[in-house]
Amino acid sequence: MSASGRVHRGRILVAGAGRGHALVLDEPLSLWGGVDPATGKIIDRHHPQAGSNVVGVVLVMPWGKGSSSSSTVLAEAIRAGTGPVGIVLAEVDPIIALGAIVARELYAIEVPVVVVGGDVFAGIRSGDELELRAGTLSIRA
Amino acid sequence: MTVDLTSTDRAILAGRAGEAAQIAMRVIVELAEISGAHRLIDITSAHIDGCLYHGRAGLDWAERLVAAGGRVAVPATLNVSSLDLLHPELFRGNPSTAAAARKLMDCYTSMGCRPTWTCAPYQLPERPGFGEQIAWAESNAIVFANSVLGARTERYGDFVDICAALTGRVPEVGLHTDAGRRAKVLFRLESLPPELLSSDFFFPVLGHLVGGRSERRVPVIAGLDHPVSEDRLKALGAAAASAGAVGMFHVVGTTPEAPTLEAALTDTGPEEIVDVTRVEVARARDSLSTTATGKLTAVSLGTPHYSVTEFAALVPLLNGVTVHSDVEFYVSTGRDVLAEIEARGWAEHCRRAGVQIVTDTCTYITPILRNHPAVVMTNSAKWAYYAPGNLGVEVILGSLDECIRSAVAGEVWRDERLWQSS
Repeated sequence: MSASGRVHRGRILVAGAGRGHALVLDEPLSLWGGVDPATGKIIDRHHPQAGSNVVGVVLVMPWGKGSSSSSTVLAEAIRAGTGPVGIVLAEVDPIIALGAIVARELYAIEVPVVVVGGDVFAGIRSGDELELRAGTLSIRA
Repeated sequence: MTVDLTSTDRAILAGRAGEAAQIAMRVIVELAEISGAHRLIDITSAHIDGCLYHGRAGLDWAERLVAAGGRVAVPATLNVSSLDLLHPELFRGNPSTAAAARKLMDCYTSMGCRPTWTCAPYQLPERPGFGEQIAWAESNAIVFANSVLGARTERYGDFVDICAALTGRVPEVGLHTDAGRRAKVLFRLESLPPELLSSDFFFPVLGHLVGGRSERRVPVIAGLDHPVSEDRLKALGAAAASAGAVGMFHVVGTTPEAPTLEAALTDTGPEEIVDVTRVEVARARDSLSTTATGKLTAVSLGTPHYSVTEFAALVPLLNGVTVHSDVEFYVSTGRDVLAEIEARGWAEHCRRAGVQIVTDTCTYITPILRNHPAVVMTNSAKWAYYAPGNLGVEVILGSLDECIRSAVAGEVWRDERLWQSS
């Protein structure tokens, strides 16, 4: 897939490889109070993507907001198999990164987290096929 | 490695302070690399959010640290948990969840954290002072510590909170630094009427509006002439930290790093100026309600945990009041505040009116509400923001007065005078 897609270099927050369809969030989300880790469903009724599901997607959002518990919700969703397979951010977000780091430490499950430039970020559409590998992001529309 | 570690940091990383501190230091150093910090700094205290149960992962993490001999290196307070240990009968969830939640709480106390069980550690007597470097988790506590106390903490989350406590070290970035604390977005309130600015109800609504518009930037609010009380700042900050990624705000003339507007702003001035209108404030209020009228099943106050001064305002309003038999009325608070209001006879006064006091936890993070489907009125923008998603309830954001009158009537009562254009 990467051979035929656009390839961009990002900044690695959490290393690893993952591929899946993009779910692009139009606004930042607090994962705690925003995602039900039992199902992966977005439950924040204020959020434009409420009702969407993060299971198996590459989650694309500018950054996280809200709760300190978002790290645990991400780690729990990764453990339970209800989480995303990768995360693409527009800005560094330690609370998001820590959820993926601890899931890796505890369960040896890699969910890569990368930060990409504003132009690249803005060009990703929900449904695009994304592949994250060694700090590169491949996008195939 | 880009982070310049001291010999002590390196010794901890090599395991010479034990395995738990080693694990914790690895995380702190990884966080420093992610955040672009050049060095670590000492902290004087930590507030730990990881004690609230969200599933197996949080417990696996805590148990691993306990098994590795974890012991906090600085004083650490504990956030709310999923259980009210003083009123255990209120928990209506699964017993196996309660057992796991209890185990998680025990893990953190066994590492030396204080069983304070409150989301408002700034209401405890020994709170941090101006300029102290700390590591707090819990979004509302973070914003209060930075904004109101002038202590310095980044927006820490679960996992990192205990790592900071086990090592006493954090990366020197963001809100720990002078530059990271200056405001980039200015909110001006000059066009709002004085009766709105002097109402308690204005502050959580303003916080919701400010949080949504600030994104990740530090905001400064100008146009509040009189010093704003801690309870109002608490409501503002909790709302802003739910609606946005806000870790600090300034209020000119009130908060300690904003004696003047110029002192709070970055040297280059604001990136954005927002002149808040009455229409926007009313819209922010309305966006926090999912319904407007009808039969009420519950009222919830105390998110963040109710303070002694908030009880002082509530208690006289309950004189001669009886909560409707179809309505559950909760006030969430810390066990330290409960001890204080028990001593003053206020807790009994609340109970006689039909008010249930909840400690150690909160009504929107754990199953406590009895009546379903639920229509709940609250004066907390944070409760109103999260509860519909967490609990599947309908919510109405109201003033304290609206909450009490509605609780007595058993149906929603609104006072629209504050919100109508003059």
